[in-house]
This record gives sequence, C-alpha cells and structure tokens, in this order.
Amino acid sequence: MDNKEIKYIYADNAATTKMSRTAIDAMLPYMEEVYGNPSSLYTIGQKAKEALEEAREEVAGLLNASPKEIYFTSGGSEADNQAIRSAALYGARKNKKHIISTKFEHHAVLHTLNKLEKEGFEVTLLDVGSKGIVDPKAVEDAIREDTALVTIMYANNEIGTVQPIKEIGAICKAKGVTFHTDAVQAAGHIKIDVKDQNIDMLSISAHKFHGPKGCGILFSRQGLPLVNIIEGGAQERGKRGGTENIPAIMGTAAALKEAVENIDRNSRHLIPLRDRLIAGLDKIPYSELNGDGEQRLPSNVNFCFEGIEGESLLLLLDDKGISASSGSACTSGSLDPSHVLLAIGRPHEVAHGSLRLSLGEETTEEDVDYIIRSVEEVVTYLRNMSPFWRDLKEGKRPHVFKE
Amino acid sequence: MALYSEKVMDHFRNPRNVGTIDNADGVGEVGNPVCGDIMKIYLKIENDIITDVKFETFGCGSAIASSSMATELIKGKPLSEALTLTNKAVTEALDGLPAHKIHCSVLAEEAIKSAIKDYYDKNNIEYDKSIFPEESSCDHCCKA
Repeated sequence: MDNKEIKYIYADNAATTKMSRTAIDAMLPYMEEVYGNPSSLYTIGQKAKEALEEAREEVAGLLNASPKEIYFTSGGSEADNQAIRSAALYGARKNKKHIISTKFEHHAVLHTLNKLEKEGFEVTLLDVGSKGIVDPKAVEDAIREDTALVTIMYANNEIGTVQPIKEIGAICKAKGVTFHTDAVQAAGHIKIDVKDQNIDMLSISAHKFHGPKGCGILFSRQGLPLVNIIEGGAQERGKRGGTENIPAIMGTAAALKEAVENIDRNSRHLIPLRDRLIAGLDKIPYSELNGDGEQRLPSNVNFCFEGIEGESLLLLLDDKGISASSGSACTSGSLDPSHVLLAIGRPHEVAHGSLRLSLGEETTEEDVDYIIRSVEEVVTYLRNMSPFWRDLKEGKRPHVFKE
Repeated sequence: MALYSEKVMDHFRNPRNVGTIDNADGVGEVGNPVCGDIMKIYLKIENDIITDVKFETFGCGSAIASSSMATELIKGKPLSEALTLTNKAVTEALDGLPAHKIHCSVLAEEAIKSAIKDYYDKNNIEYDKSIFPEESSCDHCCKA
C-alpha cells in the first residue's frame, strides 16, 4: 500500500498511556535518593514511609476518601481480585452468597467471579443492552436477600460506555449491599467521588492515566474487612504483603493528581476530537459505532466494519503509523471475538471487524483526520480482497448494518 | 520476536495472486464469517496444470499471508502435485506461524483441495475421495 504520509499516532490509550513527565519526576528521587524500605527504622526508610503516607493522603483526597481506605496494589487486576473476593467472603459469613455483575466486565472481574462460582457462589450477569449501558432498575430487580455484592465497571474498557454509577450505588446503599466498581478506565478521566457516588469499593490502575505500570489502588470503605490476595508482612495495614513499590506509588499519586486536576480541560479537548472521529468513520459504508454515542469516555471510539477482520486492519494501520486495537478473535488469541461486542448484540462476523481508537491529550485534529483517511483506505483495501465482502455486495449474505 | 516472520509480513503486505478468475475451472471456498476467516481460491487448469490461480481472503494477517503463499506454491504445478501441498509446507515456506495461527495454513491447504475437487466434479473426473476432507478441520466453524 501507498505510504506517502508517515506519521506516528498512538491511539491505544485505553491499553496503556505514555508516562507523564510529572509522574517520572515524582518517581526518580525514590529510586536514586530515598530508596529505603518504608519498614526500616533509619532515616531514609522513615522518609520513604512518610512519602508513602503522603501519597496515600493525596490519593484519598482526590477520591474524597479517607487515607485509611486506600491500599496500594500491583495494579487494577489485583485490586479487582481483592475487592471482589473480600466482599464475597464477607457476605458468605452472613450466608449471603449471591453476586451481581454484568456481561461486559473486564476479565479481572469475570474470571474472579467464575472462580467464586466454582466455590459455591451464585453469580447473576446483567445484560447491558445494545448501547452498552446497565439499567439501574435491572440492578435493583436482581438484588436478593442473599446478595453479597454488586460489582459493575465505571466505564467499559472496549467501548468506553460510562455506567450510571451514582444511581446504582444509591440502590445498593438503600438495600445494604456492598458496591464495587472497576474504575480502571474512568479514574483520571471522569470525576470520581466515592462518597457522593455511593461507592464502597473501587479499583484503579495507574498506567491508564500516565502513571507507571504495575501499580494500582484499591479503595475499600472503612468497616469492610479485606482478605489478602498476597500474604506477607505488615505492609498496607497487613492487607497486602510485600515491600511497597515506593517509586511507583509516588508516580501514581502524582499522575492521578495531574489527571484529576485536568479532567475538564482534557474533556474539552477530547470530546470534539472523539466526535469528529466518530462522524468521519461513520461515513464509511456498512460501519457502526459500538456503544452509546454520548454516555462514553471522552477518549473512546469503537467501530465495527462489515466484511473485514480486525487483526489485518490493525497491522495495516500500524504500517501507517497508527497504534490501535481490536476485539477480533485473532487479536484476543481465542476463537471468539470480544465478549463486550457480543454482549451489546454484535453478531460474531461483525465483531471480528472491530477497531478501538482511544485518543490522548496529545492527539490533534490533524491526527484525527489522518486516522479517518487511513482507516477508510485500509477498510476499502481489505474489503476488495474479502470474499465475505463480495458476498455482502452481491446480496448473497445479508448486511448487518445500513449503508 | 515479533508476532510474525518477515516472510509472513511480506506476503501480508504484498499478497501475490489476489483477485478472481472469470470462468474459473475450479473454485473452492472454506471457512466461515462467524469464525472470522474465509478463503476462496480460483483455478485455471489446462492439461492438468494449474496455469493461473487467484485468491480472496477475509481474515487476519496470517490468513492473507497463508493464502498468498499457498497460491505461489501451486502456480504452474500439475494438479497431482498441488494435491500434495500440506499446511506444514505452507507454514514452513512462511518461516513459521505462531501456534494459534496454524489453522490459517490448514485453511489454505483445504481451500486449494476444495478448488481442485470442484474442478474434478464439474468435469466428471474420477478421483480418490479419501484425499479430500469431508468437513472443515475447524471445530469452531462446524459449531456455527
């Protein structure tokens, strides 16, 4: 293919982000100078301990939580595992062994729930509708006497739809059910206030908002007993063994502060770009946006294109300097395409042709226009060699989307 | 190491023999849109020699590369030789495929066999049925 324009556009910020200068600068002193173990008694150990507690206070303040409710983990997955397992076991002590979640959660949640099912819990996975939004009424209806936990993601990692968290939280609060939300895609991008939004437990991953990889945050409301995923020393008030990763924690706190402070500014920049990209891709015949157009993350665009397969689309976009992702089976390493796309009712053959573009603060209007041109070119090229597309064109198979 | 060998990327980026043949002597199609890959092979056959071959593929990078390589391996060859083409030969010619992509080379082998079978059937040529798989090797496709 013709490669006259060579650019590099990173459009996979939902996978991970580039670390910010602020986060890197916050980490360096704790590698080079204050490298002590926070459990040690001498000065650089105690200085590290002070820094750790300052980071905890900072994070707590940004979420409107108390520092005692903040635990640093190895990432979002660990936080999800610990939150769900803790709430489940807490419920089981009171003979409550029912958990409510949704069909399109992250695998850190779904796989934990699968395991709990094998351990005797009953799990209800709610539908998310064609728009990818959970109906709070459905949550209310699903709650039973023996419901131990409701766990629903704040924003979906593939299609970016933002859930009515405050309403769901209010329902859980009224019914006395613990409410956990996987906020990995939301934290630092949309406003989170655990008190106002009635959240009992929340998981965060630092590398989704320009912090370091391998560091996460678990918020767990005071009074909810946590079970350990990692046994060890007395770190994190005995709830998470292992020497604290002080540099990463410092980078996480700094990155979260910067992201939260800039939520409004970033949204004002990203939403028009997102909508421009959606409008541009929507002009490609037989394509459709996945998930609600309004109630979605400012950075997320996710489309399905009929007649093509996502992995070949990604490889050719990479040749054009665009980094993106797809929910096709070939990119997931399994036989089935993304469970998220199937959950919103996309048929398999369409789900294979999906493309997720997640923009960042550095994305420009020029980048968006280049992405639109490139996707259009690659989709056309792949369709022209696709026997599936030929069948659709010749009416031998029915189209799923309108032209 | 990258996901794909340079050979795979070359055949993916610059696929050989893409297209269709009008009034092809044999056409074979395997795969399923539900699985995310379909291969269609068109053959021109003269005196039992494959004088021209084209393909169309819906699928991932390795599916496109496997189709391209398979067509190169049978072009100009007698049918008897094309029938001996194995997925292993396609994979080796591509300098290997990742384990979970081997089925792409299987599809390529099956698409070629299916096109040759179509030629035999159309021309009432007798053949040993055992050399053609009855069902696609893909369990997933059969489920669909």
